[in-house]
Amino acid sequence: MSLDKEQVHHIALLARLKLSDAEYAESVEKLSRIVDFVDQLSQADTTGVVPMAHPLDAAQRLRPDVVTETDNRDRYQENAPAVVDGLYLVPKVIE
Amino acid sequence: MMDMHLQTMTELAAGLEKGDFSSVELTQTLLDRVAALDDRLNAFVTVTAAEALLAAARADAARAAGNVGALNGLPIIHKDIFCTRGVKTTCGSKMLNNFISPYDATVVEKLAAAGAVVLGKSNMDEFAMGSSNETSFFGPVRNPWDLECSPGGSSGGSSASVAARFAPAATGTDTGGSIRQPAALTGTVGIKPTYGRVSRYGMIAFASSLDQAGVITRSSEDAARVLGVMAGFDERDSTSIDHPVPDYLATIGDSIKGLRVGIVRQHFDAGLDEQTGARVKAAIAVIESLGATTVEVDLPNIDLSVPTYYVVAPAECSSNLSRFDGVRFGHRAENAEDLLDLYCRSRGEGFGDEVKRRIMTGAYVLSAGYYDAYYLKAQQVRQLIADDFKKAFADVDVIAGPTAPSPAFKLGDKVDDPIQMYLNDIYTIGANLAGLPAISVPCGFVNDMPVGLHLVGPHFGEEVLLRCGHQYQQQTEWHKACPEAFQ
Repeated sequence: MSLDKEQVHHIALLARLKLSDAEYAESVEKLSRIVDFVDQLSQADTTGVVPMAHPLDAAQRLRPDVVTETDNRDRYQENAPAVVDGLYLVPKVIE
Repeated sequence: MMDMHLQTMTELAAGLEKGDFSSVELTQTLLDRVAALDDRLNAFVTVTAAEALLAAARADAARAAGNVGALNGLPIIHKDIFCTRGVKTTCGSKMLNNFISPYDATVVEKLAAAGAVVLGKSNMDEFAMGSSNETSFFGPVRNPWDLECSPGGSSGGSSASVAARFAPAATGTDTGGSIRQPAALTGTVGIKPTYGRVSRYGMIAFASSLDQAGVITRSSEDAARVLGVMAGFDERDSTSIDHPVPDYLATIGDSIKGLRVGIVRQHFDAGLDEQTGARVKAAIAVIESLGATTVEVDLPNIDLSVPTYYVVAPAECSSNLSRFDGVRFGHRAENAEDLLDLYCRSRGEGFGDEVKRRIMTGAYVLSAGYYDAYYLKAQQVRQLIADDFKKAFADVDVIAGPTAPSPAFKLGDKVDDPIQMYLNDIYTIGANLAGLPAISVPCGFVNDMPVGLHLVGPHFGEEVLLRCGHQYQQQTEWHKACPEAFQ
């Protein structure tokens, strides 16, 4: 196994995913296989190759810095699980 | 008159124009088929019957007033990855099972403006991550050619719907083969355009440097018709490319005499099912008989395309899917202890196994100490692969080969083995990595299951792919075959 349980715990925390014990066991095995598989890339000679930034070599477009969005807050918040007075509610973060 | 559901979009457009039937009649006929037959396939997540009939009535009224859009009154289905205002948009996930989109994707907007009638939203692998449709929260889609088999993925609901004659066209998205592989496995045509050709605005993101929208139809001509409407610059998508959209239908009838067709040796090696390879070679012979010539081309790094993809795509997915936090929209865990617990449990409950696996793979390859070895290395190899294609297209106009290594596999066969599943996209991923357009066209059957011919073109070469596909389909009848249970 190229990954151990501790590493998978760390990755799951980075990814903000809570896994069950069964999911951890399975993830150690399957993620290890995926990592072993992508390790083939180390064979390629990439000396001096600039990593691809865009498949068509296009540059990021710029636009004038003006407001283009309209206010749709109420409509967007119809999908929010918990809202009060236009604010999104989360569990208490400051005691 | 031939049954409406068996007709292509081009034939239906002529029927509507002549007044043989109205869009309301056509739409009702197809909705009745979906109601009667979709419990066998599970191709739909949402059927929008009432909205469809209203849109059809509007299209009929527009026609009566002499105001006819390019797709006026013609039924389509949207993959459930495209945001549709006022309609549930799930991306095949529990995470978005309660999400009613507050806006339309550009693709949805453009097709509606052309008069298309949307029958509903098609099932798909969760967040488009899968090659069999088995990762959908709403259950797998079945292949109309054999209900025990997968219709491919991730656009499996779209491919199954078009093959089952629920609609003449359905939208799809393709990050590593998600339009072309399901098209091949269901005997339909699927085109993935050049990266940036079609707007990604309102298309739920999986891997932003690879994702591209396209369409699944039964003929290349229909694909040309729909793509002409979908394509074009959109300032709301920062990677949309401002490049004129040619009239794909205008040149589709032109000869392919003199076309130079590249054949990649590695695409016919041991990984390919022998009979599938024979059908593809026969298809290439048909194209040669139309005056094309074949040349062997070398893509020396193509064997690394799958591992490259399984670094780049998960990395981008782990970043894109961080937006699902249980706060602003989507699934939220109950009784969270604190903010971290809310994030971790909402995501742990809302995402399925494959999506979690890819998010974690991405988090790993981007994490401190591994970024250079995996992510940067993969983007370097990706550049080598793109350079190989560029060199090849100096000598050829298209590259031809198989779309998928075998015909459709049984549901359940590969679901426990991610690497086997990933290898299904071995011939399609290269086009995504290099941003190239590609099409799959039905080219025969192996043990009564369809297989596809894959054609890749240079950047913005959609025109030559559609023309080549159309000319091939003028010589062959594979795309006219209809699964027995859906005639």
